Amino acid sequence: MLFEYVLRLGDSPLVLAQQLGGLIAQAPTMEEDVALANVSLDLLGQARALLSFAGELEGRGRDENDLAYFRESHAFHNLLLVEQPNGDFAQTQLRQFLYDAFAIELWTQLQRSSDATLAAVAGKAVKETAYHVRRSADWVIRLGDGTEESARRLHAALANLWMFTGELFLTDAVDDAMAEQGVAPLASRLEPAWRTRVESVFTDARLDVPETAWPQRGGKLGRHTEHLGHLLAEMQVLPRTHPGARW
Amino acid sequence: MSATVREVWSVLDQVPDPEIPVVSVVDLGIVRDVSVHDAAVEVTITPTYTGCPATAPIRSDIEAALRLRFGPVNVRVSLAPAWTTDWITPRGKQRLAAYGIAPPNPTGNRPKQCPQCGSNETELLSEFGSTPCKALYRCRACREPFDYFKCL
Repeated sequence: MLFEYVLRLGDSPLVLAQQLGGLIAQAPTMEEDVALANVSLDLLGQARALLSFAGELEGRGRDENDLAYFRESHAFHNLLLVEQPNGDFAQTQLRQFLYDAFAIELWTQLQRSSDATLAAVAGKAVKETAYHVRRSADWVIRLGDGTEESARRLHAALANLWMFTGELFLTDAVDDAMAEQGVAPLASRLEPAWRTRVESVFTDARLDVPETAWPQRGGKLGRHTEHLGHLLAEMQVLPRTHPGARW
Repeated sequence: MSATVREVWSVLDQVPDPEIPVVSVVDLGIVRDVSVHDAAVEVTITPTYTGCPATAPIRSDIEAALRLRFGPVNVRVSLAPAWTTDWITPRGKQRLAAYGIAPPNPTGNRPKQCPQCGSNETELLSEFGSTPCKALYRCRACREPFDYFKCL
């Protein structure tokens, strides 16, 4: 069960890192290009540490690369939010903010995990995420409180993404077991702090927090939107075409 | 060849960081522990950021430098306690500044001064600079952009 939980933890940063990596050389400004690439790198580092650990827990000889490149989409356990397309810059930054605001609470709590490896990864990730959320929050405010055009785009992004935020806080038997063993916080307990941060940033961004719609769910269980398959096809094509390829 | 712990540290102090070669891996506080055993020299390092691409080259640079002098080497990578910029030595901070990178400044987490002209009139251009560990600033006095090594 810990294996399952660690995969869930690792798959979201992996997928989000791949998304941001796809923006390299395409961001609206040079500084933003560099920033997105660096956030992607931090996320990839977190994913690597977690997938390596998952491989050890599983004990079947799979390493981080096997888990990243040789699983099908139904075996990925990432949140649906992070697999939503980059869209325009507003959607990229809003998706980032909604995830960062969740990740900062998650890593903060996981530092007290009864599992030493998870606590160690969280101890590093929480510091990195503090920078990520500061920057993504700043962009949400700038876009929402910017021009008519930027506000219009941010509103559209919110309409696209909000339905995927409910899943962040849904729990199942795996979450319950992890919470009981002191391995991880119960995701539902992270919601109040997330909401407080989101509401405060949205106020500055002149965005209304939408009514909570029926949450889209399934990512943690391997039921994904159609976007994940396309993303994985691109991410996995090289190692699958040339198994064992090395630099 | 047998070694003393002190000799190992002094060789490590000659191993440059691959991305900022004016500072050594010791200056950066990446080396956390050194021990000498009959069979091998053991070194524990910690990555700066989890995704820092320099971790792998740093590891192999350390192995190469020590093997040359002392024979078998074990390099362990440890994540906890998490690396902090507080571990950068005073000499490391001086070297960063001389190289044009404003060293981490825990007071307010912004550069104390422009590493080019020394002015304290600086402004943030981007939270991320050429690597995740740096932010991009500009000096309002000399108008030059520069990297700031962020507190972590």
